[in-house]
Amino acid sequence: MSAPAVTRRLLPASATRRLPRWLDGLLEAVGLPLVLLVLWALSALVAPNRYFPAPWRIAEAFVKTWVGESFFVDVLPSIGRLLVGLALAIVIGIAVGLLIGSVRWLRQFVEPVFEFFRAVPPPMLVPLLAITLGIGDTAKIAVIVAGAVWPILLNTVEGVRAVDAVQRETATSYQLSTVQRVVYLTLPSAAPQIMAGIRQSLSIAIILMVISEMTNSSSGLGLRITFFQQNFQIPEMWSGIVLLGFIGIALALLFQIAERLVLGWYRGLKETERA
Amino acid sequence: MPDQNPSPTAMLRVEGLQKSYGDFVALQNISFTAKQGELVCIVGPSGAGKTTLLKCIAGLLAPSGGIVELDGEAITGPPKKMAVVFQEYGRSLMPWMTVRRNVELPLLRTTPKAERRHLVDTVLESVGLSAAGDKYPWQLSGGMQQRVAIARAVAYSPEVLIMDEPFASVDAQTRADLEDLVRYIWKKFGVTVLFVTHDIDESVYLGQRVIVLSMTPTIVQEDLTIDLPEDRDQLNTRALPRFTELRTHVYEQIQRAKRDSERRPDAESPAA
Amino acid sequence: MRRRLRPVLLGLAGVVVFLALWQLAATVGWVNGKYVPPPTEVFASLGRMMLDLHYWRTIGNTLTTWAIGLVIAGVAALALGTVIGLIPFLRRYTRSTVEFLRPIPSVAIIPLAILMFGYDREASLVIVVFATFWQIFIQVLYGVADVDPVARDTQRSFGLSARSRFVHLVLPTALPYIMTGIRLGATVALILTVTGELLIQVDGIGRLLTQRGTAADYAGVYALVVSAGLLALVINTLVRIIERRVLAWHESVRAEVVL
Repeated sequence: MSAPAVTRRLLPASATRRLPRWLDGLLEAVGLPLVLLVLWALSALVAPNRYFPAPWRIAEAFVKTWVGESFFVDVLPSIGRLLVGLALAIVIGIAVGLLIGSVRWLRQFVEPVFEFFRAVPPPMLVPLLAITLGIGDTAKIAVIVAGAVWPILLNTVEGVRAVDAVQRETATSYQLSTVQRVVYLTLPSAAPQIMAGIRQSLSIAIILMVISEMTNSSSGLGLRITFFQQNFQIPEMWSGIVLLGFIGIALALLFQIAERLVLGWYRGLKETERA
Repeated sequence: MPDQNPSPTAMLRVEGLQKSYGDFVALQNISFTAKQGELVCIVGPSGAGKTTLLKCIAGLLAPSGGIVELDGEAITGPPKKMAVVFQEYGRSLMPWMTVRRNVELPLLRTTPKAERRHLVDTVLESVGLSAAGDKYPWQLSGGMQQRVAIARAVAYSPEVLIMDEPFASVDAQTRADLEDLVRYIWKKFGVTVLFVTHDIDESVYLGQRVIVLSMTPTIVQEDLTIDLPEDRDQLNTRALPRFTELRTHVYEQIQRAKRDSERRPDAESPAA
Repeated sequence: MRRRLRPVLLGLAGVVVFLALWQLAATVGWVNGKYVPPPTEVFASLGRMMLDLHYWRTIGNTLTTWAIGLVIAGVAALALGTVIGLIPFLRRYTRSTVEFLRPIPSVAIIPLAILMFGYDREASLVIVVFATFWQIFIQVLYGVADVDPVARDTQRSFGLSARSRFVHLVLPTALPYIMTGIRLGATVALILTVTGELLIQVDGIGRLLTQRGTAADYAGVYALVVSAGLLALVINTLVRIIERRVLAWHESVRAEVVL
């Protein structure tokens, strides 16, 4: 950990090693996952465990369970509700956050109540909203919105508050219209905080989607996985876990792309400041 | 520039301007005028309320008393005919916009796209930033960033350009270049410039007139005409005996301002 | 003084107006008073619960799961994060695996946890630890890697041992990150604790909520949601106080790192 750490900071990574750069990168990316997969497969062969079926059995179950009709009956509606809920949470959170962040008395007025709403562990909302809204699609989407909106909303408020005073004066002295101010100053300036809020909301949204499907539902991913578990269909259950994992990873990737688009300037700025 | 004042009317008129915060009087009584196309420097010791004065003139701060008139109209908010270049160049540019977008920003509402493009090109060229249009401000040096801020102000086509210690935080060489840029821009676009600085040499080198402020509570200590030749350059102008006389004179005025304030029993310590 | 008081008063007014609107909505009938009972009933129900030892035992159970989960996740994340963060080789080769595992929603492994541990606290702890671990681990990783290279070289040129480098350089640099991780982790741990109570039937405030709901005691349901919110607020406040104490030497309240 001592000497190489320093040299590597100064030299490009490839200069210190003999492997070609692309091969080295590939090894870095897939090396450990491959080793883990092989270990898992070996252990399944050498000492089969009924709770940890071999990878190929899970893959087989995955294709059998999720490819085909089930994809449209269980998977797509779940993902649809998740995305609609998230989109609503993002739109509402940013819009309300912009309003509250721009008006000082309003912010001071609603902040304690909103901080409380944020503090409530979102899963508690699932039974609560099931009581008032039933167990349909609306209720499931409402749960996601109700749980995921707070980090976005309150982070937007913070971001709006933190807009630089000189930039605000610049906008005033150049007589930007209200809409221009929001589009060219407030929103981009608050974007880092807003994105951080959205990142928190992503995981909350998935948790809420699964809980509301596991507790009160007639279809959906969560229900199917619970069903497999209760009936000891272990490979099928694992395939559901894998599917949920893929959804989480896909969402994270999507978010990363969005972040790179929205916050490219921010990363550059931070790197310049650090240098 | 033999005929720089075709119309003798006052473009900017400040009359009995006052600004106080509670009991603290920042500006006591400020009066001066700037004619159309004039380059006026305002110089004062630190803590003279220079920025307060500027913000009152720019319509960013409401004065407690007195009149500020732009082209015969009283200023109540930021006027359309005025552009401000702030000292904190790093903070007045939007880091999420390229140089070009930054310059374009004030024009989005007023100017059609094709014309805007042309205007931005012209302005960027005149500040020597033609190649930097697609970069982000934070990829540029401090001096270049301030050039962007100047370009943005000029593109706005103001009647009056206000500059608040714009070169206070750049190195000496860059500063000399930027001073010449201001003279160049001023001549090229025929704009009235109000240039605030704490640097005496800079004020004498740049201005047609230098207004010396006192310490707070601030008044105009002296309104001095700079009778240096119109064609100025860093080497020769600064070597002129008259330049030395003028800067010595302004220096003495400022020293006097500081002494006076120490003698005044009610003088407050300079506020930020 | 009046300036300090103003936001507090406005905030109080906000709470009062919110409660008044809620009361009005429930009594006038903008919402169904049966499913959305007015705050008077909810707080009466909360008051009754608080007189019952059972309520406090339930909250105690929630806190126990939360605390055990947080500690296990914290210790594991600190140990692994420090080792991996300090050894560039490990950091590079684990990166893709971490990026792959981290976004996996912890609720996904609930069925597996139930299979392995039954409907028991251990099953709940699996998901609490899984979710909380990543929060803290990532912060530790970034914190340990954030050591200023100049400071590192300086210390090495003075011939300090690896151990004293760790104590005097790595730890102080990473501490603010670690505290941020713990603060985020504390919130996540509570969310997953409640999730476990709802889905794995582990005793605690979440399970009590389900029971009140099944018994059609809707005022009780709301009272428990309020309790959970208050509990979370108390936990947040405590963690922030600890954070401020621990980082008292640090120049400022660091801005949140966007990871």
